[in-house]
Amino acid sequence: MPKLNAPSTKTARKNRKVGRRHPLATVALIAIGLGLTGGVYAAVNAAPATASADTTSASQQQITEGQKVFEANCASCHGLNAVGSANGPSLIGVGAAAVDFQVGTGRMPMAASGPQAPQKPVQLNDTQIADLAAYVASLAPGPAIPTGPQISTNGDAAQGAELFRINCAMCHNVAGAGGALTEGKYAPPLAGVTPTHIYEAMITGPQNMPVFNDLNLTPAQKSDIITYLTYIQQNPSPGGYALEDLGPVSEGLFLWIFGLGAIVGLAVWITAKSN
Amino acid sequence: MTTEIPRLQRTGFTGAAANYIDERTSISAVVKEFGRKIFPDHWSFLLGEVALYSFVVILLSGTFLTFFFQASMTDTVYNGPWVPLDGIHMSAALNSTLQISFEVRGGLLVRQIHHWAALLFVAAIGLHMLRIFFTGAFRKPRELNWVIGFTLFILAMAEGFTGYSLPDDLLSGNGLAIINGMIKGVPLVGTWISYLLFGGLFPGTAIVGRLYTLHILLLPALVLAFIAIHLVFVVVHKHTQFAGPGRTQGNVVGYPILPVYAAKAGGFFFIVFGVIVLLATFFTINPVWLYGPFDPSPISAGTQPDWYIGFADGMLRLIPPHWEFVWLNRTWSFNIIVPILILGLFIVIVMFYPLIEGWITGDKREHHILDRPRNQATRTAIGAAGVTFYAVMWAAASGDIIATHFKFAVEGVTHVLQILLILGPVIAYFLTKRICIALQKKDRSLALHGYESGRIVRLAGGEYVEVHQPLDEYERWRLVSQEADKPVIVRPDSRGRITGGRRFRASLSRWFFDDRIEPLSQAEIDAASHHGELEGGH
Ligand code: HEC
Ligand code: HEC
Repeated sequence: MPKLNAPSTKTARKNRKVGRRHPLATVALIAIGLGLTGGVYAAVNAAPATASADTTSASQQQITEGQKVFEANCASCHGLNAVGSANGPSLIGVGAAAVDFQVGTGRMPMAASGPQAPQKPVQLNDTQIADLAAYVASLAPGPAIPTGPQISTNGDAAQGAELFRINCAMCHNVAGAGGALTEGKYAPPLAGVTPTHIYEAMITGPQNMPVFNDLNLTPAQKSDIITYLTYIQQNPSPGGYALEDLGPVSEGLFLWIFGLGAIVGLAVWITAKSN
Repeated sequence: MTTEIPRLQRTGFTGAAANYIDERTSISAVVKEFGRKIFPDHWSFLLGEVALYSFVVILLSGTFLTFFFQASMTDTVYNGPWVPLDGIHMSAALNSTLQISFEVRGGLLVRQIHHWAALLFVAAIGLHMLRIFFTGAFRKPRELNWVIGFTLFILAMAEGFTGYSLPDDLLSGNGLAIINGMIKGVPLVGTWISYLLFGGLFPGTAIVGRLYTLHILLLPALVLAFIAIHLVFVVVHKHTQFAGPGRTQGNVVGYPILPVYAAKAGGFFFIVFGVIVLLATFFTINPVWLYGPFDPSPISAGTQPDWYIGFADGMLRLIPPHWEFVWLNRTWSFNIIVPILILGLFIVIVMFYPLIEGWITGDKREHHILDRPRNQATRTAIGAAGVTFYAVMWAAASGDIIATHFKFAVEGVTHVLQILLILGPVIAYFLTKRICIALQKKDRSLALHGYESGRIVRLAGGEYVEVHQPLDEYERWRLVSQEADKPVIVRPDSRGRITGGRRFRASLSRWFFDDRIEPLSQAEIDAASHHGELEGGH
């Protein structure tokens, strides 16, 4: 929260007045600070960009590797050549993004049937996932794994927050704490989801989530949403522990159990002392 | 007395000051009278005080908030430190709430103190009411004070709801949207009332200002007035006490208000205040900055009212669908009318319960000694049924969160709660009644025969008996000091007729005292203690 940190600028001003430092020292410090921040930003932003660049430019070797992984792990449900079976839908045309999301968040390979494929620890390593994605993408065109500006977290957080409230909050809750859907399905909490997976979720619409294509939400708007979700994760609630962001229910329960509980305990204590 | 006080005052500044005030206000008479009032000591007697103290905290913190809050729905653009709302259009109400949170020094802490204290206020009233109910402290002469106290509970909920609606964020706006829907569901007058309340079509631009007036002027004044009456009655009636040696209907055993009780109570105020401040320091409440401005189209998953309105929200969620039809060219929303009727009936029954019970039992005696809940099995069972009914409605308000956290289907949760709403109270009633009666029987045998010591003795005649350890006098007193009740019986009235009403009352009364266990008579107790220490099996 750089803007919330108003007092630090005040102290900087005070230092200058005292004049113990060379007037140019502050300028130099700021320059160094800016340089460092910029460098870190560049490094952080560059890392996923290069990683996903690999997956988009798929070589024939990756595709053959991917097919092997697929036959070993996925074909039992999705059928040979991903044409689908009674146990799983066809993956023709779902694109690399769907595979990267489903396997990268541990949803696939699915373990047991239920209302919704739950998240599990990721089963395959990054290379295998990239190979699988390349293989499925080679079957038919589909959404690619997002890169660069699409998953940047430098968008407009306020715009993103508003879009999130309008498009996503009814399922995921305003703070991304998750919520219930019908018949045992649920929209999961969004804490800790990577920008790439958020973007992929929007363009592929996993399971009961609708697809937000580029006409619903432009790539820039998607990056705004990602910026917002990243912002609220990196800036924990200014009011103290947020009780899982579940809203009034958790507040009420907390008050009854811990607030009133503490007070009753103290009341018992002060009346017991007198005996 | 009068000769002693002047001697004291000459000894220093305090004495002189006290004398100065006394000579001008005659306050010593009041202090003497009031200061000597006795309050018995039991932790559960402090619950009402918790409510009172949290109300004081609410008044203090609320006053601070009024310095900065703007109860206006004029459109503004937020330009503050909370980046995810920067440049967003919102009402002045939400804008000033965000300013209080992020720009006013200590503002967020005070906001959170105010809100946590409000939750505590209503919760403490609730727990206090349960204590009064289950110990029968509402019986003559205190029936009216129960009604006053319950009115305070309703006023507290109204205070809470109006406060919850003030920030004009998405959460509170959705709460108002539900209220608006409920009002509009009332046949014939609903739409008119809604237009009147909101000054036009919902949400309009008037509601926040209006609720603010209620929230800081009318409702607090009413709460204060009712608290004053409530406390005057407590002083007039004197405090009730649990049965015990030396405690009678005619006395109160405890500490005088001055100095012991006042000191304790003053200390307890700071304890309550301290707990609230700790909550507010470490735990977020109502993060309006996440909810953003109200807009009728979006809604967040997990949108719920504060806990004390939850039961009403839950009742709405429990009503099955398709209870709405058009008749006489009007829409009849029984999915709204029925819950309103059920909630209304529930509130009226609780509010007038002392009068209803008094009528059924025909008990005209004054009661200053509290009942042990087990000794009034039917009342305790009714209370348990009521608590269950309330708890099911309450749980229903968080059905979606129960579903996600325990991995159920939300429809399943609703259906189970629908069944529980009807069966739960019945089961709770019978279970509680049986448990109470069993406990009474246990007490009775304890009082008569004492504890089983586990020592087996062989008598001269070859008979084996277990030695029972008799209770000491004090312990026994607690168990046996209970007044006998008897049901109202059908008697002809002055004109010699037996009306249906009388018959109905008599049958209710029989039901109320059904299965009761007569308290032990002095003769029985004496007989048992003469029986001696060695006691055969029974
Ligand atoms: C146990 C059976 C099973 C296995 C094994 C399995 N899947 Fe699935 N998969 C499913 C089912 C069922 C669905 C549909 C889930 C739904 O939409 O509710 C699905 C959906 C998907 C989707 C989303 C399709 C879409 O329309 O967006 C992808 C991508 C996917 N699986 C990839 C894989 C990959 C890759 C593997 C191997 C690593 C795999 N699955 C293994 C059963 C399985
Ligand atoms: C109709 C309800 C619904 C809406 C609206 C919705 N989602 Fe989802 N979302 C879901 C469901 C259901 C899942 C879980 C899918 C699964 O498990 O495969 C999900 C999953 C996700 C995930 C993956 C979470 C994880 O833990 O891996 C992300 C990220 C996500 N949604 C983001 C969004 C965003 C951003 C929006 C708005 C643009 C949005 N969702 C709108 C229902 C919804």
